[in-house]
Amino acid sequence: MTDTPVTPPRSAPRSRLSMAWDSDVAHAFRRSPVAMISALVTILMVGAAICAPLIAPHDPFNPATLNLMNGFTPPGTPNMFTGESFFMGTDDQGRDVFSTILYGLRISLFVGFAAVGFAMVLGITLGLIAGYVGGLVETIIMRVADVQLTFPAILVAMLIFGVAKGITPPEYRNDVAIWVLIIAIGLSDWVQFARVVRGATMVEKSKEYVQAARLIGRSPGAIMLRHILPNVLSPVLVIATISLALAIIAEATLSFLGVGAPPTEPSLGTLIRIGQGFLFSGEWWILFFPACTLLILALAVNLLGDWLRDALNPRLR
Amino acid sequence: MALLEIDNLTVQFPTRRKTFTAVKNAHLTVEAGQIHGLVGESGAGKSTIGAAVMGLLDPPGRITGGVIRFRGEEISGLDAAAMADLRGKKISMIFQDPLTSLNPLFTVGQQLVETIKAHLGLSEAEAEARAIDLIERVGIPNPKERVNQYPHQFSGGMRQRVVIALALCSEPDVIIADEPTTALDVSIQAQILDLIKGLARERQVGVILITHDMGVIADTTDVVTVMYMGEVVETGPTAQVLGKPDHPYTKSLIAAVPRPTLKLRRFPLISYGGRVTGFAIEDLARNWPKPEAERGAPLIEVEGITKRFVSKRALLPSRREYFTAVDAARFTINQGEVFGLVGESGSGKSTIARMIAGLYAVDGGTVRYGGRDVTATARGVPDWYRREIQMIFQDPYSSLNPRMRVDEIVAEPARHHGLLKGAALQARVSELLDRVGLGAEAGLKYPHEFSGGQRQRISIARALATQPRFLICDEPTSALDVSIQAQILNILKDLQEHLNLTMLFISHDLPVVRQMCDRVGVMKDGKLVEVAETEALFAAPQHPYTRELLSLMPRLDGLSDEGLAVA
Repeated sequence: MTDTPVTPPRSAPRSRLSMAWDSDVAHAFRRSPVAMISALVTILMVGAAICAPLIAPHDPFNPATLNLMNGFTPPGTPNMFTGESFFMGTDDQGRDVFSTILYGLRISLFVGFAAVGFAMVLGITLGLIAGYVGGLVETIIMRVADVQLTFPAILVAMLIFGVAKGITPPEYRNDVAIWVLIIAIGLSDWVQFARVVRGATMVEKSKEYVQAARLIGRSPGAIMLRHILPNVLSPVLVIATISLALAIIAEATLSFLGVGAPPTEPSLGTLIRIGQGFLFSGEWWILFFPACTLLILALAVNLLGDWLRDALNPRLR
Repeated sequence: MALLEIDNLTVQFPTRRKTFTAVKNAHLTVEAGQIHGLVGESGAGKSTIGAAVMGLLDPPGRITGGVIRFRGEEISGLDAAAMADLRGKKISMIFQDPLTSLNPLFTVGQQLVETIKAHLGLSEAEAEARAIDLIERVGIPNPKERVNQYPHQFSGGMRQRVVIALALCSEPDVIIADEPTTALDVSIQAQILDLIKGLARERQVGVILITHDMGVIADTTDVVTVMYMGEVVETGPTAQVLGKPDHPYTKSLIAAVPRPTLKLRRFPLISYGGRVTGFAIEDLARNWPKPEAERGAPLIEVEGITKRFVSKRALLPSRREYFTAVDAARFTINQGEVFGLVGESGSGKSTIARMIAGLYAVDGGTVRYGGRDVTATARGVPDWYRREIQMIFQDPYSSLNPRMRVDEIVAEPARHHGLLKGAALQARVSELLDRVGLGAEAGLKYPHEFSGGQRQRISIARALATQPRFLICDEPTSALDVSIQAQILNILKDLQEHLNLTMLFISHDLPVVRQMCDRVGVMKDGKLVEVAETEALFAAPQHPYTRELLSLMPRLDGLSDEGLAVA
């Protein structure tokens, strides 16, 4: 009963860009200050992380440029020995905190995006298969997911980290640490994707366009990828955004606990761990600025995800 | 003084792009004891009028002009609290879907008692007695036991009776019934309409009956108002409006209604508002492969096919329980004919189609196509057979992938079978879209940019892409408006005539089946009870069930014959 009589549209098809700009989601975006500010903050942070080598005033990991005399310089005041001034101060080894944050952001965001990407690929694949094939395959996949959910994500990540540490030779440990982190966080996160995709797949599977594709003899793989996948992506996008914030925090937590990014490649979490040792001796800035960065980043991404969920599902409003 | 009077009503839905006027300057008067039909195609604004009277317009919709009067008093300007008091007490509503109108967590009795207490202020015991009385009055047997059951324990028709009982709780003066029988089978539809008729007569209730179905209008209403694009185009006593329509839109609407009594060669397409786009199926015939068998030779031979669905799952096969959807059906479809399958919902018609198409594995029996075995196994059917058959589905909104462009949708079957590629494939797609009346440029758009009728044309173009010989149409027009249905049915008739396609045509709508089919099979509870030539079946039905179905068909005797060309 939604068949409104319209004269056949004869106008030239509009470009994808202008359609996207005119879409309801884009319109809702333009009217939401929260969404615009959090998008701006996220983009700025990602941009700063990508361009870190260009905009960082110092290279904090090149010992040749470090001067121990610069250690513990408070923010904004010139160092008493060298006369150099640092916008966010320096840490115990004389590294510029602002520069270490920029490089730390790189690691944190890379781990966050990669972990979510890994969780997404795994979750979508298993969710599609479970939803489309059904039966025993579905039961097995979803029971594994249920078991996975009973473990706290951080525990799973630590478990994987511990196993990986045990099986890699010590000299490679620092090199693989980041990848272990990505896999650990990704593995603890795929269940949500699998559940949502499975549910959406079961709905799409019963629709007639899937039957039409089966009728012409398309293989199950082609139907899943070509027909069902594009139609289940919008809830995935929402979860991916919210998961990104959670993954960044998970990475920081693991690094803070000392099982994440190594001190040679410090992420925001590692920086916070280093900084907390100096909190009570008065050098607050070493902890404060990395922690603020993490907070603002996680908040911005989270708000963006929340807004996206509302915008893509008007029924929830 | 009229019971309910709608005077110069305008309802608008302001959106950010433009303000959509759903109802424009509508007049309508309902007297006590009268059934006032409100007919029109989807988007005509008939449901919006019902919602406006009830004060239930979806935001951002609002009344921007005119007044609604109930017993002479204006109710359109009332605030929410006063409206809520009036709604339910004096004016009740019956919705289309009886399943979603009832709360599944409460028994029917609890829902009735609660409503009665809220409206009439009776004690628990009095309200209970009244609930049982109401259940009995709407024709539900064993009312004392039935009140303690939950909605899921009722069938569709019984549920709609419960909804009507709920609407009657407060002794309303006006009932607005919005498509009350659209979700129901014909046999139940007739009973519900009789019930509504009886209520109007005995209790002097004024009824607004909103429907798109001319048969319902003709059989049930006293007065009818025809709406088109938000405007009332014609109003008057039912017999007069249907028999001697004045307005060209009413004429075109009535001409498009399939008649149960006479078979037309084609439906007349009286253009109104520039909505009919032409099609040119005969142009496809030049490049169409000639059928292998001669006309009238058996093409599809169905030998006792059976389908069982698991109704209770269990690990051990011996513990499982089954429901037999199709029980040993046996029929043949000859080259070049249209074979109809009719029956009520759940009778197994679609299941048969899906087994022949290879979407369901067959649990017993065989299917032969041109003498070769094509019985569907768990692995489907052979590839060569898939090229020979195609299917047109019921719901034009779900049968096209919303994320694929139309040209990709139409090209997919031919590309998958490797029949054409590159420029030749593009040319075939453009030609098909053009011939079904959409124009080649339609290929660059996405399905959501088209209306239901246009989408069904896209479905037809897709079905023709592999140049099949056999087409399965599963309720191809039941989701469409009657004028769009006429266009689609004409295209299907052209396909059969010019391309010599053989068709399996599934429908619950007997007049449509009479227009389309050469032979018909009647299904009941998974069994094929009768197979006969269409005209013979309609003239002299053999099986009692067929006779019952035919007797329930709306007669439509009073409809104007203007513009009809009999076959």
